[in-house]
Amino acid sequence: MATFRIGKMLMRSLFGKPATLMYPVKPAKVTDATRGHMTIDMDKCIFCNLCAKKCPTNAITVDRNARTWSIQRMKCIQCNACAANCKKEALQMAPTYTAPNTEKVVDTFQGPPKEEKPKAAKAEAPAQAEAPAQAEAPAQAEA
Amino acid sequence: MAKQTIIPFGPQHPVLPEPIHLDLVLEDETVVQAIPSIGFVHRGLEKLVEKKEYTELMYVTERICGICAFGHNWGYCHAVELLMKVEVPERAEYLRTLWHELSRVHSHLLWLGLLADAFGFESLFQHCWRLRESVLDLFEKTTGGRVIFSVNKIGGVHRDISPEVLAEIATVITGMKKEVSELINVFVNDASVKNRLVGVGVVTKEEAEDLCAVGPTARGSGVRTDIRLTGNGVYDKLDFEPCIETAGDCYARTMVRCRETIQSMDMVIKICEIIPEGEISVPVKGKPEGEFMARLEQPRGEAFYYVKGNGTKNLERMRIRTPTNINIPFLCKSLEGCELADVPVNVICIDPCISCTER
Repeated sequence: MATFRIGKMLMRSLFGKPATLMYPVKPAKVTDATRGHMTIDMDKCIFCNLCAKKCPTNAITVDRNARTWSIQRMKCIQCNACAANCKKEALQMAPTYTAPNTEKVVDTFQGPPKEEKPKAAKAEAPAQAEAPAQAEAPAQAEA
Repeated sequence: MAKQTIIPFGPQHPVLPEPIHLDLVLEDETVVQAIPSIGFVHRGLEKLVEKKEYTELMYVTERICGICAFGHNWGYCHAVELLMKVEVPERAEYLRTLWHELSRVHSHLLWLGLLADAFGFESLFQHCWRLRESVLDLFEKTTGGRVIFSVNKIGGVHRDISPEVLAEIATVITGMKKEVSELINVFVNDASVKNRLVGVGVVTKEEAEDLCAVGPTARGSGVRTDIRLTGNGVYDKLDFEPCIETAGDCYARTMVRCRETIQSMDMVIKICEIIPEGEISVPVKGKPEGEFMARLEQPRGEAFYYVKGNGTKNLERMRIRTPTNINIPFLCKSLEGCELADVPVNVICIDPCISCTER
């Protein structure tokens, strides 16, 4: 009995294209809006730490002295809260997913070295206090 | 009197997507009593409220349930907005209603599939889920997520939908409606489906009212209850009238959900036509103080949200009561007197979401 009620639909399915994609031979569908993974433009980042504060899962760590921005991909829930709060629009959500991992990795991004300000005389006093950290940053960037 | 036997049902059972345990007291093949026990997936949401800021909680609330993720998020935002006296822009209300009704369409299609699976009609099950995919694709296109949208915020929504995409939604849903009507024709008229559903688990209107049943479960017994009638969202502009059946059996509950699927699709098409232009969110200042409750009609029935703030960024208390929680007594009542073979269909017919229930 059921065959008659659902017959048309079954026939369409039988002779039509499959409803599923032959993944991974055919790539998965993504749209412009798809929330895949978070990307950062390190040239725009000012290390203000706002994204790390707003992250509901504490996946982001910002190191102002070392000028690094790191994200634990397994912790990130792609909620877009960091990008929505970024004042410099450095954070963007990319539509593709990151590759699967067998362990929890941390992606770290290194920022460009800090630009020297022209008022060197005034900045000298605090610079001395943070000397080890500041000396490390350009060295890493060059490497 | 026949000898009584107790048969455990669940927490792992082919028909159950989530863990609930029922002790079925049987006399021969007839269930005389069902004793439920839950607590297999408790997550302690109410404790988490003390740690997370009230803005971060939005991401927690939408993870209560994978099916009504948007609804839980909206309910929480609605309660906090009422507490903080935030006026949400009209366009945001329309967008929220649109996503919520699309959620209802996908939830009901998923449920119809599960029901078909419960009585062993596998091809019907697969077709229900195939149609549901196109709704998920619309979600991905408009919000960026297929299940978890993260699109709500206190004071409005994060994303707008362009007129082109709205027109596309209307086209997709109009096309889908034809196919869904074909599927519903099977549920309504097919003899093998009727054999499994008609007259199974009858609960009268009085009993349903006494047991405080909610949602499509209650509406299948003839109780006129629907939170969409009470005013949140823009349902007053959509000529909304709840679908009610009076028979009170599993077939009536199925009918209610079939009709609601079509009704929700009509509402989505109408929203795409009449959605006004304007802002989608307003800035929110300050911290929540005082207490407030809000109710929302989820695909499974009435959900209740209580929030209490103390002027800090963390809420003092939040309580969510979900529809399945209330419908478990109804389930036990409907199981009394049914055959053992009808238990899976009966359990599925309240649309149980145990992860919702345990939070």
